[in-house]
Amino acid sequence: MTKIKGKKEVTMKLDRRRFIQCAAASSAVATAGALFPGISFADWPKITGNSGMVSWQKAPCRFCGTGCGVLVGVADGRAVAVKGDPNCSVNKGLCCMKGYHSVQALYGADRLTKAKVRKNGQMVEVPIQEALDLVAEKLKETKDKHGKDSVAIYGSGQWTIPDGYVASKLFKGCLGTNNVEANARLCMASAVTGFITTFGIDEPMGCYEDIDNANVFITWGNNMAEMHPVLFSRMLANRKRRKDVTLIDFATRMTRTSQASDKSILFKPQTDLAVANAICHEIIANDWVNWEFVNQHVSFHKGKTNIGYGTEDHFAFTDKAEPIDFEAYKAFLEDYTPEKVERISGVSAKDIKYMAALYGDPSVKVTSFWCMGMNQHTRGTWINNLVYNIHLLVGKISMPGNGPFSLTGQPSACGTVREVGTLTHKLPHGVVMNEQARKHAAEIWQVPVTNIDPKPTYHTVEMFRALDRGDIKFIWIQVTNPMVTMPNLNRYRDGALKDDRFVVVSDVYPTPTTDVADVILPAAMWIEQEGMFGNSERRTQHFAQIVDPPGEAMSDTWQIIEVARRLGFEKQFPWSEKDYIEKIWEEYRLFHAGPKHEMAPYSVLAKRSGVQWPFVDGKETRWRFNPKYDPACTNGKDFDFYGKKDNRAWIWARPYEPAAESPDSEYPFWLNTGRIIEHWHTGSMTRRIPVLNNAVPTSYVELNPEDAADLGVVNGEKVKIISRRGEVIMPAQINGRGVPPRGMVFVPFFDESFLINEVTLDAFCPISKQPDYKKCAVRLEKA
Amino acid sequence: MPIFSYLAIPRDGAKASLCTDLAALDYCRVIPADNHDVVVLITDTPDEATEEALQKTLKNLQSLQSLDLAFGYDEN
Repeated sequence: MTKIKGKKEVTMKLDRRRFIQCAAASSAVATAGALFPGISFADWPKITGNSGMVSWQKAPCRFCGTGCGVLVGVADGRAVAVKGDPNCSVNKGLCCMKGYHSVQALYGADRLTKAKVRKNGQMVEVPIQEALDLVAEKLKETKDKHGKDSVAIYGSGQWTIPDGYVASKLFKGCLGTNNVEANARLCMASAVTGFITTFGIDEPMGCYEDIDNANVFITWGNNMAEMHPVLFSRMLANRKRRKDVTLIDFATRMTRTSQASDKSILFKPQTDLAVANAICHEIIANDWVNWEFVNQHVSFHKGKTNIGYGTEDHFAFTDKAEPIDFEAYKAFLEDYTPEKVERISGVSAKDIKYMAALYGDPSVKVTSFWCMGMNQHTRGTWINNLVYNIHLLVGKISMPGNGPFSLTGQPSACGTVREVGTLTHKLPHGVVMNEQARKHAAEIWQVPVTNIDPKPTYHTVEMFRALDRGDIKFIWIQVTNPMVTMPNLNRYRDGALKDDRFVVVSDVYPTPTTDVADVILPAAMWIEQEGMFGNSERRTQHFAQIVDPPGEAMSDTWQIIEVARRLGFEKQFPWSEKDYIEKIWEEYRLFHAGPKHEMAPYSVLAKRSGVQWPFVDGKETRWRFNPKYDPACTNGKDFDFYGKKDNRAWIWARPYEPAAESPDSEYPFWLNTGRIIEHWHTGSMTRRIPVLNNAVPTSYVELNPEDAADLGVVNGEKVKIISRRGEVIMPAQINGRGVPPRGMVFVPFFDESFLINEVTLDAFCPISKQPDYKKCAVRLEKA
Repeated sequence: MPIFSYLAIPRDGAKASLCTDLAALDYCRVIPADNHDVVVLITDTPDEATEEALQKTLKNLQSLQSLDLAFGYDEN
């Protein structure tokens, strides 16, 4: 005992002495700074870094798409603390519970630190270089034997921008396949097609400063209190400070957002389409149309109807836009009077007129927010179009406080998936179908233009169907967990496990996806590597490598580079480990040169807590399409919707069409799935953070209290949820944080012990190809 | 067991040799400025006798023009 006590004392004394040394150094440096303004000491951080003291470095938060700036505290090479970055305009020093505890996700006990390969059915540890050899060998062998489209890479909105860039360059530019997809297809694709069809160009026109200027916030199927808590707090702070701020929650179930809002309006699933049209009907009927804006900046179109749901393999759909005039649009809306829509949606005509009056009042600034509720929707593109219609009819767009705002869910769904273009049809600039875009990419990538295939291949659902069918035989999965997140999961897990499929998974922890892997590559996580994310408001955020990755873990970018070089593409991937992120960024920037999407140089990104694009002549762009803020506006008018060839934003006549699967006598309940504040996506990181895991250790099914009584179930009792595709048994939660209406249940998907996606349906929006995780039919049994 | 930090000012043109001289001494840690002829010196000696010996050595360095005390701590 005495020896142990003595050892402890020595350790404490040493730490204290190092602390004093560091204070001495800091004091001298501070004195020098006072005597010699501008003096710098490059070696100073090295000394404080080894002192036992905490040093702080900036990074964007690892979790949601808000893009909060954090300061990571490091002591003795280990990340030990997090605080909000007061210099980051996104969060101004605030964080949510996931952000504050984020560094603990680096240090879970079962962190993957060594590569593993399957030998005789068993996963065996091997040196990572040996595993990378095998990945390259299998990739080449599969491509040679089965063709270029038999190999694929599936990434993530949590990929850093360099991760996605090198993946696209290798697969599209060098290997010649468009089999590149990312899980943002599951969360953001409808937002993209909504932007493209309405504005001809992707990503929000506004920024978070809208929150400080709007009088009315309408959240469309968007539980911001849990999914974007820092932004929601900013809304609440504005309401408290300014007194003229109103929050309206328009949703399918009661949530914490409903509780904090001034008014909660519930609608029946899928009928948001009808309500949006009814709001437009009411705006026109009351002559609240901003005619000056509409005449100058808007054109009217209709597309195809009865467009299907994509539940069958090889489903294909191409929309066709037809111009219509205002009178035709007005006639289309006659089916959507508030009274008619009340019968479809369950929303009273009075509430529809109330929302229309807010949008229509020229003295009120309105910001609409949405995220998964509108995007994970079999008519996701349409509902995005319809909310834009509302803002365009009244001219409330592209101005501080006035705008539609599509929020993103992942830290770099915008930066990596939408901007780099890690989707089958996309390139870093433009689409593969466009010859000029292919030439541009080939020139920058130094590959023959014929390498880049002009035909897109598989969107995400179809990619996993192709894996099941055997059309794809090699897939590399990075930074995502599809064996938890794919809808209709049983089919896709069975497909991945088939004998002649080869699955490579790069991740930081064991997951159900590493369970189906033939090779597991240990990945560096977040601040264990240098990189960039891009958030919801067009903000690119750089982070340096702050701590070392454990064991042989390697950044996803470098893993791809290693494999590319083994495949003979040294010329395209020439960078050194010392500065590859900077070199990749400067190459990638070439794609976006010009006032519509100019990105900040590396040197600027490295200094700031994020920079919004377009970044032109040293200035960030807060609001696009408005010449007061946007340097790309050139038409001399008060707005310039330069994404479309007619220089106008498009209002679309899009009807209400029912969901792919609705409750019936056999399956009488709606199943809705989603997230909760404590856990990030599939929980592979947050479930390893003790305080978050202890807060919500298991998933559950939310039941309406009357449905629970009918079923004879009380809180915590087991309920079996059964669909046409699968079943799961899980505990009931009644009158918890969320309360669904009668006839609906809600299940968070973070818990791999209860794979709710074995129950969900793989129907998707035919335009965006994004699945609808919010609506399918189930029946319940007391288990 | 005193710990001190100083701003060490070299004689004209002698910053590099001052850094070399100081770094060669026991109980000394050096942080040169990148853009001025100034060096931060941190000393951490185990006892009073060693501290006195170090002070004498420092005073005799040809490359050193002056030492300005910035921080001082002594447990005794």
